[in-house]
Amino acid sequence: MPTLTEYVPDAPGEMGDRVFVVDQSRCIGCQACVQACEECGTHRGHSMMQLDFIDRGATVQTVPLICMHCADPTCAEVCPADAIKQNEDGIVQSSLKPRCIACWNCVNACPFGIPKKMFELDQMMKCDMCYDRSSVGLAPMCASVCPSQALWFGTPQEFDATRTGVLEDTMVFGGQYVRTKVQVVVHEPGPVAVAPGRRYTHWTDDPFGLDEGPAEADVSRDWPLAPALSAAQQRQAGPGAWPVAHGAGAGAGAGGVGGSAAGDAGDSRTEGARP
Amino acid sequence: MARPPLTEEELVARYGPHLNTAPPGGWSADADIDRMVRTHCCFCGQQCGIILKVADDEVVGFEPWYEFPFNEGKLCPKGVKRYLQGNHPDRLLEPLERDPAAPRGFREVSWDHALDRVAREIRRIQAENGKDSFAILNGASLTSEKAYLIGKFARLAIGTSNSDYNGRLCMVSAGHGYNKAFGVDRAPNPWSDIPRADVVFVAGANIAECAPITTSYIWRARDNGARLIVADPRVTPIARTADVFLGLRPGTDSALLGSILHVLVERDWVDHEFVDAHVEGFEEAAAAVAGYTPAWASDVTGVPAARIEEAAEIWGTAASGMILHARGLEHHTSGVDNVSAAINLALATGRIGRPGSGPCMVTGQGNGQGAREHGNKSEQLPGMRRIDDPEARAYISEVWGCTDEELRGKGYSAEEIVWAIDRGEIKGLLSICFNPVVSLPDSNTTRRALEKLEFFAVVDFFLSETAFHADVVLPGSLQEEGEGVVTTLEGRVVKINEAKPPPGNARRDVDIFCDLAGRLGAGRYFPYRDTREIFDELRVASKGGVADYYGMTWERIEEENGIFWPCPEEGHPGTPRLFEDRRFRTPSGRARMVPVAFRPPAEVVDSEYPVWLTTGRVVSQYLSGTQTRRIGPLVKQYPEPLCEIHPRLAREHGIESGDVVRVSSRRGTMTLPATVVSTIRPDTVFIPYHWAGDRAANQLTNPALDPESRIPEFKTCAVRVERVGPGGATVDRRDYETRTGDAPDTGDAPNTAAGGVPGEAPGPATPPGSGT
Ligand code: SF4
Ligand code: SF4
Ligand code: SF4
Repeated sequence: MPTLTEYVPDAPGEMGDRVFVVDQSRCIGCQACVQACEECGTHRGHSMMQLDFIDRGATVQTVPLICMHCADPTCAEVCPADAIKQNEDGIVQSSLKPRCIACWNCVNACPFGIPKKMFELDQMMKCDMCYDRSSVGLAPMCASVCPSQALWFGTPQEFDATRTGVLEDTMVFGGQYVRTKVQVVVHEPGPVAVAPGRRYTHWTDDPFGLDEGPAEADVSRDWPLAPALSAAQQRQAGPGAWPVAHGAGAGAGAGGVGGSAAGDAGDSRTEGARP
Repeated sequence: MARPPLTEEELVARYGPHLNTAPPGGWSADADIDRMVRTHCCFCGQQCGIILKVADDEVVGFEPWYEFPFNEGKLCPKGVKRYLQGNHPDRLLEPLERDPAAPRGFREVSWDHALDRVAREIRRIQAENGKDSFAILNGASLTSEKAYLIGKFARLAIGTSNSDYNGRLCMVSAGHGYNKAFGVDRAPNPWSDIPRADVVFVAGANIAECAPITTSYIWRARDNGARLIVADPRVTPIARTADVFLGLRPGTDSALLGSILHVLVERDWVDHEFVDAHVEGFEEAAAAVAGYTPAWASDVTGVPAARIEEAAEIWGTAASGMILHARGLEHHTSGVDNVSAAINLALATGRIGRPGSGPCMVTGQGNGQGAREHGNKSEQLPGMRRIDDPEARAYISEVWGCTDEELRGKGYSAEEIVWAIDRGEIKGLLSICFNPVVSLPDSNTTRRALEKLEFFAVVDFFLSETAFHADVVLPGSLQEEGEGVVTTLEGRVVKINEAKPPPGNARRDVDIFCDLAGRLGAGRYFPYRDTREIFDELRVASKGGVADYYGMTWERIEEENGIFWPCPEEGHPGTPRLFEDRRFRTPSGRARMVPVAFRPPAEVVDSEYPVWLTTGRVVSQYLSGTQTRRIGPLVKQYPEPLCEIHPRLAREHGIESGDVVRVSSRRGTMTLPATVVSTIRPDTVFIPYHWAGDRAANQLTNPALDPESRIPEFKTCAVRVERVGPGGATVDRRDYETRTGDAPDTGDAPNTAAGGVPGEAPGPATPPGSGT
């Protein structure tokens, strides 16, 4: 794709059939999207992106939140000043400055929590899918930089050729069905119920095998653990193998190779000794 | 005695880190862009292509460089905000000399004065104590031209054997492992091979945070149906989606990998045809793991035996596979062995020199590959030649027009240089691109050693915590303030283009070293009129070596979006994938499997220090943070170190997320907020290392070295954890308004949700895991 300065936009409003896709399962939480959003020409210095941990205590899974550009935008519906407009590409824009009365109805009503209160400007601003870029065939800033491509911009054909996952554009919030221009990747077809449901691989409940018996990573166990090797296995393990011959629970570091007093351990293996 | 002239707090107040938050002129400035400079990000070994927007000789922003094939426009947050360092208020603009009487602790001096003093001190110290009593430390974030120049400078201008670099903390274990196996220290595959692999095994590599763009390669492999195995003491963002997660105890990597090899051999998932024809040492390597049953390894590593078998089956039965490893394997006293154990899995299954198959180190630092090839490290001459190889010495002395004696010999490694300073053997030091006070283990010892120096000169663009100790500070240049090449983690040589000149009276690093060489009476060896002449000499010096650049020109490198070495003659297309011909650069021509017996870490837990500590990085910071701790939006993303601790261990100590905890080892103590997360082993805590002073994780780490690579054991030591009290205002709030006048923005919990509008919802900072 051409870069912005080289690209001569023909007619504005030309996003064509390009789609914006969010695949949360790919997100690595790096916040490149958040940082790059701030660099976008239409709202420099203000990031319209949000990046959330679902529950950092339990998982590193993160969720990038961009405006979903709803077909029937709730934000615009609740705006008493008719300040939020949708353009011919279906992009829901920031409030029009002369109209916006900073009532924050939109902020409260958006099912995705997207619009931002810009106190210093006294208006609502939001993601406009980098319309300066997307209208000339360039990916928005967030999808341009996203290292994992959890945020992706391109044609449906490109999507099918390079990526997996089912695209879905309908979310259900209780009784409200919301259809969006932005597509999310799901694993099965059908509207996305936004409330519960976590997907596990078989180990995610117990990443460290705490419930799997002998290998339990119990914090109270002393190191080194005594591996239960047979005498034959010990012989096979050969010289330099980790020692096995001291009793379980013996004062840690008390016996065997590498069990030398931990404070100066390492010297025996590092010629060129410490002073 | 190189003591800081003022207290650390006073120096920080004067020289930073302060935070730059907005482009030159502020966000509303609508500067006319004069140039769009295609170059690369300086902040990791991936060297993403990036277009810097330049107005009035300042970098004011960036534009994604979609056509550069490695990253196609992608950047991590460091790349996005990297442009904020150029016109940073902390930039050093004049040469400085320590003066405790001066209000700022240093006084500005002329270049002549500064350089003459450096030259005089070098000669004085050497006259009194011998040539090797003056050492030089350099770094792998320098361009290859700078690294080459500094290696030559150390030997021909200073005349010391003691020149080493901070890649000693990074790539040396991998280098030794690959040299032993293949005779070449480079990732054998281009990254475009990753999506072609049937199985991707990530071992000790936090891809998402330390090589973020590689994520997209792994996800593409997943799109193509690849299985994913991850071995790590923490559930990293990549691990989250793995088919098999091997959550091993820190320091037990070779037991885990050895056990997988054990299963491969036992189940005969071995490519005998390949092994018979191209490998030596298979029998010995197999014998070394004969006792490494999954049951045994399970006890040592803490990984359930069934998962080890499952990983072995996935790896053993796939048609192709890549094993990607990084510092998680390598930062150990058994670092080289761990790397060999990873390579063994690839060689036993014939996975080398084919699409989608190979072991690959994930190089970390900006020019972590290129700046370890051309003679700036202690045992090396340009072209990845060994300094103890008589042929190499003869060739390089011919290229340089010097005597064999002048080349000097193998010197101390980085950590050993510090030890030699501590015992008074090395008395003078010149340092560039290295912040050992933060990045070396056991920082209390490092600081004490620096204070013993008779003379210490630093070249840097910011006054790093190490430069606090300097007698003379020479203001140097950023990557974007000069030209040259770097070599990416793929082995691809790419072109760095100059976006802007150095600010004020700062000079380009190459000019500083050439000028200093002249003052040391070695000008005849450094006649370069520009950096291109250095590159052209480097090409010749590398000719015939392992890392052969002879066929490259700056023009070709740019036209072809980089060239993979070796590229031995003009017109040679370069070598994206090594060993397609199955000819290895070992003496026998065969790839070598090295028998690996598990050795426990140098320090193990006991009743006094019962918890393992492992250290690492976060995505928003780079190395010792000299640059990234000065970039406001990056600091905001993860403002201070947090101690990751499992709920089970936390419960034992009554610790809740956000509480302040004290972590102590035999070497030091630090207090920091805890974040209680079940994504780390219950017997292990994690602290990222990018911060200085009382926030430095390296106060705790163990300086024990790998016997071969001399890499320190950053990834494992024994600590004690105690609760100090509830969380307080420990978050870094140093003048957030440095440039913008923005009020300090503390509305976002560290490491949780950024992107809040500055000024919105201010409140106490809450660490992650506290549930927002
Ligand atoms: S996501 Fe929210 S802000 Fe965006 S269009 Fe829908 S309702 Fe409006
Ligand atoms: S840039 Fe991409 S991977 Fe990073 S946080 Fe944003 S969506 Fe996630
Ligand atoms: S730090 Fe690395 S991943 Fe991030 S933008 Fe720079 S080169 Fe790319």
